[in-house]
Amino acid sequence: MRILALVKRVPAPGARINITADEQYVDDKNLGHAISPHEECGVEAAVQLIEQHGGEATVMSMGADVSEEQLRAAVSVGMAKMVLVPTDGTPKDPQETAAALTAAIQQLEAEEGAFDLIIFGNESADQGGFQVGIRIAHALGRPMVNGIKGLDVDGASDGHILANREIDSGVEVYELPMPACVGVKEGINLPRYPTMKGRLASKKAELATVEAAGEAGGQAQVKLLSPPEVVNETVILGNGPDAAPAIVDLLEELGVM
Amino acid sequence: MSEFPSKANVVVIGAGIVGSCLVGHLSRLGWEDIVLIDKGPLPNPGGSTGHASNFIFPVDHNKEMALLGVQSANQYRDLDRSVDSGGIEVARTQERMNELDRRMTSAKAWGVEAEMLTPAEVKELVPFINEEVIMGGFHCPTVSVVDSLDTGTLFRNEAMDKGVLQVFANTEVDDVETVDAPNGQQKVSAVVTNRGRIEANHVVVACGVWSNRVANMAGATIPLVPAVHQMADVGPMDILAETNNEIGYPIVRDMDTFCYERQSSGSMEVGSYGHRAILHHPDDIPSNEEAALTPTEMPFTQEDFDPQMETAIELMDFLGDAEIKYAINGLLSLTPDAMPCLGETVEVNNLWSAAAVWVKEGPGMAQVVAEWMTYGYPRVIDPHVSDIARFYPDERNEEHIWARADEHFIKTYGIVHPAEQWVSRRNLKVSPYYSRQEALDAMFFQARVWERAQWYNSNADLVERYGLSEREVEWDNRWWSPITIGEHLNMRENAGLFDLTPFQVFEISGPGACDFAEYLAVNKVCKGVGTSAYTPWLNHDGGFHSDLTMMQTGEDTVRIVTGAFDGGRDEYWIKKHLPADESVTFTNMTESVTTLGLWGPNAPAILGSLTDADVSYEGSPYGSVINIEVAGIPVTLFRVSYVGDTGWEIYTSWDNGPALWDALMEAGSDHGLRPTGMGVYAVSGRIEKGYRLMGAELESEYNPVEAGLARPKVKAADFIGKEAYLAAREAGDPEVHMVTLIVDDNTDSQGRKRYMQGGNEPILTADGERITDSHGRVSRVTTAGYSPSLEKMLIMGYVPAEMAAPGTQMKVMYMNELFPCTVVGTGSAFDPENTRLKG
Repeated sequence: MRILALVKRVPAPGARINITADEQYVDDKNLGHAISPHEECGVEAAVQLIEQHGGEATVMSMGADVSEEQLRAAVSVGMAKMVLVPTDGTPKDPQETAAALTAAIQQLEAEEGAFDLIIFGNESADQGGFQVGIRIAHALGRPMVNGIKGLDVDGASDGHILANREIDSGVEVYELPMPACVGVKEGINLPRYPTMKGRLASKKAELATVEAAGEAGGQAQVKLLSPPEVVNETVILGNGPDAAPAIVDLLEELGVM
Repeated sequence: MSEFPSKANVVVIGAGIVGSCLVGHLSRLGWEDIVLIDKGPLPNPGGSTGHASNFIFPVDHNKEMALLGVQSANQYRDLDRSVDSGGIEVARTQERMNELDRRMTSAKAWGVEAEMLTPAEVKELVPFINEEVIMGGFHCPTVSVVDSLDTGTLFRNEAMDKGVLQVFANTEVDDVETVDAPNGQQKVSAVVTNRGRIEANHVVVACGVWSNRVANMAGATIPLVPAVHQMADVGPMDILAETNNEIGYPIVRDMDTFCYERQSSGSMEVGSYGHRAILHHPDDIPSNEEAALTPTEMPFTQEDFDPQMETAIELMDFLGDAEIKYAINGLLSLTPDAMPCLGETVEVNNLWSAAAVWVKEGPGMAQVVAEWMTYGYPRVIDPHVSDIARFYPDERNEEHIWARADEHFIKTYGIVHPAEQWVSRRNLKVSPYYSRQEALDAMFFQARVWERAQWYNSNADLVERYGLSEREVEWDNRWWSPITIGEHLNMRENAGLFDLTPFQVFEISGPGACDFAEYLAVNKVCKGVGTSAYTPWLNHDGGFHSDLTMMQTGEDTVRIVTGAFDGGRDEYWIKKHLPADESVTFTNMTESVTTLGLWGPNAPAILGSLTDADVSYEGSPYGSVINIEVAGIPVTLFRVSYVGDTGWEIYTSWDNGPALWDALMEAGSDHGLRPTGMGVYAVSGRIEKGYRLMGAELESEYNPVEAGLARPKVKAADFIGKEAYLAAREAGDPEVHMVTLIVDDNTDSQGRKRYMQGGNEPILTADGERITDSHGRVSRVTTAGYSPSLEKMLIMGYVPAEMAAPGTQMKVMYMNELFPCTVVGTGSAFDPENTRLKG
């Protein structure tokens, strides 16, 4: 199989997110950076499929030069090749991103052959536009399903892949003819951590660059705002055994008892 | 939670290992009404304690770090929050093997069980190590792994259970207030927090990487900088998981790659001190809310760690295939000289520092500060290398702190020679003779901020004249030159001119000056204008605080002269004890007064040729202070000697210094006078005479009776430590005596001549047994130096009374070998009758 996984460099989640004074960026001075979590699962899915069926997985990112860190992180867990679509680092709207990435993928496929499967994250952790994958799939004329939490080649018809999507009442199973595109969600797998040897190997991997650009669409970023801070009030019910009656009251109030 | 108080006796800021242990120790010492605050949550407020690797290697060449490490390890053991995992320092180079021999020597000194292992023996203890890349190991079975967070909780609980402590987490300090105190000083008065303002008699800053920022709020400084120590947790590995405990294999320190590997349950923590120094400003540390993990677990910068991974895999192949599950740029505190900051801040009374302390010394150093606050000085150990007062103002600014931290971070696991010099931040303070000394190609050593000529390469001809040679072993030869021996012999034969400008010169004046001088000093100071006293200053327990000279220069004026390494501590001590009635004024005259030393048999002739004044022994007897003109320059002449030959300390104004130097050098040219360096003044000249040095022979753990500095009579006036001093005198023969020993044969097992460095090498019985007294004080080398006159190595140290008799056969360990030595006695090895001082 030939698989392409797309990743985006985002500020590492877990801390309070501050916005820069110009309200245009996440203030990342205290934050490390990571692959957007859904996409990290996409990388893991690609690595697992290659481990099972052979072939080659490529990881691609669009962004400033510093995105190399995330590309190498993907290589360190098993991606074979990495491609950067360089930008000046300013935020791009989903149409512009999709157009540039489509052009880059087409260029790559013209040189090396089509990808059987292109894996996107369901949405990015920072901008969350939910549309870049679908736009690219549409532009490439390939089938696309979003929200995927399972992929299976063995159970599918020849040249197809099964993709599972959880819905409230059960699981939808799609069979897509390859080449195909999927948008995966966290939960599809548990991404592995890099090993030291993987990390050292990734340092030696060659970074390919594909220059590509697209036209901006209509969804321009005006500004970023922090959500109002949620204050959780904590009531101390007591210390030691003295707290028991209050706990009983609370459990009764919650209907647990 | 109880209401936030508006008043407390003590407020401790910071609930990491240090602050938590401190409140526990304060409660043990009877303190009440203590409030502990931290801006983070408990039990892990988010400082360095929370991500510490939590292991203690109890061997250090430095006495304070070693003994407080052992002390701390025992405190963790007492609370059952410690496991003896053992630890091995492995060597990949011969140089490191030599260093491990030095570690063995320090282990012997501090009574820590240790052994050298072959690579195969290391492999037996650590089956997953690649023994082919190592040459050997230093195994210490009592290396322990501790639970620092839980220990902190237990110490806090102990104080809370006594009802003397209130703890407030999530409490941010916004300001530390001060009020005016006598003598133009400031005293801490309150801490302002986001929960309210709390008045306090004492405030302790124990907030690790944030300490300087908090101290700055009060106008004080705690010179430290937050610095990164990278750590990655890799795993799981079956062989580790199978131990079914936190740690089942010894910790391995891969010293030559500056890394350690420490089991943590089924994983291995790989920590590094091998990356570039990554320093942060405290304002750049995120808040608890802004940090993805905790504030001091900063985002990992992978590229800094990559080279460490390669060498780690070399040592333990299985590390390469394990997953990197957790990796941080953990913050810890670095100071300009790599030692902690303990004690009262010099700028603000009752504002204390308990900072730049790592988990491995936390409980012990907390005890030091608690005792300091209680008794006026610590009892558990002499703290002079950690005393925050040791820093001069030039060592407290950010440029200096950062430059020095940047330089020494890589030495954390380095092989650091006792005489090793700094590269950065040189020439901060130079004497008025600096250009002359440069022209003489002086080798400069730095005494804190002061440049001192250690020897003069212009004297290289003396090496040939006296038939001297380099030392055989590079380590012994490092930071040393045979020129220094040549300068010594020339002084003994002719004369030497010493630049003593780095002396710290203070003046106390005013109607209370003489009374105050007496209060500070053991010996009588004010015996009339023109008299002097060489005297200890004691702490309240009767141990040494200082050792210096004092001169009555006027009816109400006393000059105090102390060493460059002690100026900060002594200035602090004086100011701390200034009478509240403001009857004494303190002035630091160091940079307006310069000092030259002229000693040697030809010194009287040289000086005599430049003055009409009577500088004969009768006209200027030992200890006298007279004001005369030399070559037309007004000087103060102080007949004294620290090198064992007759002569003077000559004081003049800074501006007149160069002309005085030139006049003396010219007058001395016919008398064999040579500029002579501190190698003679501080080492060879001093040790031949057995003169004691503060910080070496003289520490607060010893008293003047033991040091052989007790005078026949005790003055009537009261002085600090008098009661304890009288008790020590009345107790009769002390348990230990400070003696000089001669090393009978300094030939090692390879037939090489070796030269001890004075780095706490243990002094042993003739059978090679370690010696301690009833206080646990160990016999060890306080100073070592070659005696050019006797052509033997000399060492100094305290030995039990029964071994102090001249002729007693003993052994000294150096580089893990034993050398025979013989006690000379409590006096001088050279010219014991002091005939040369009377010339």
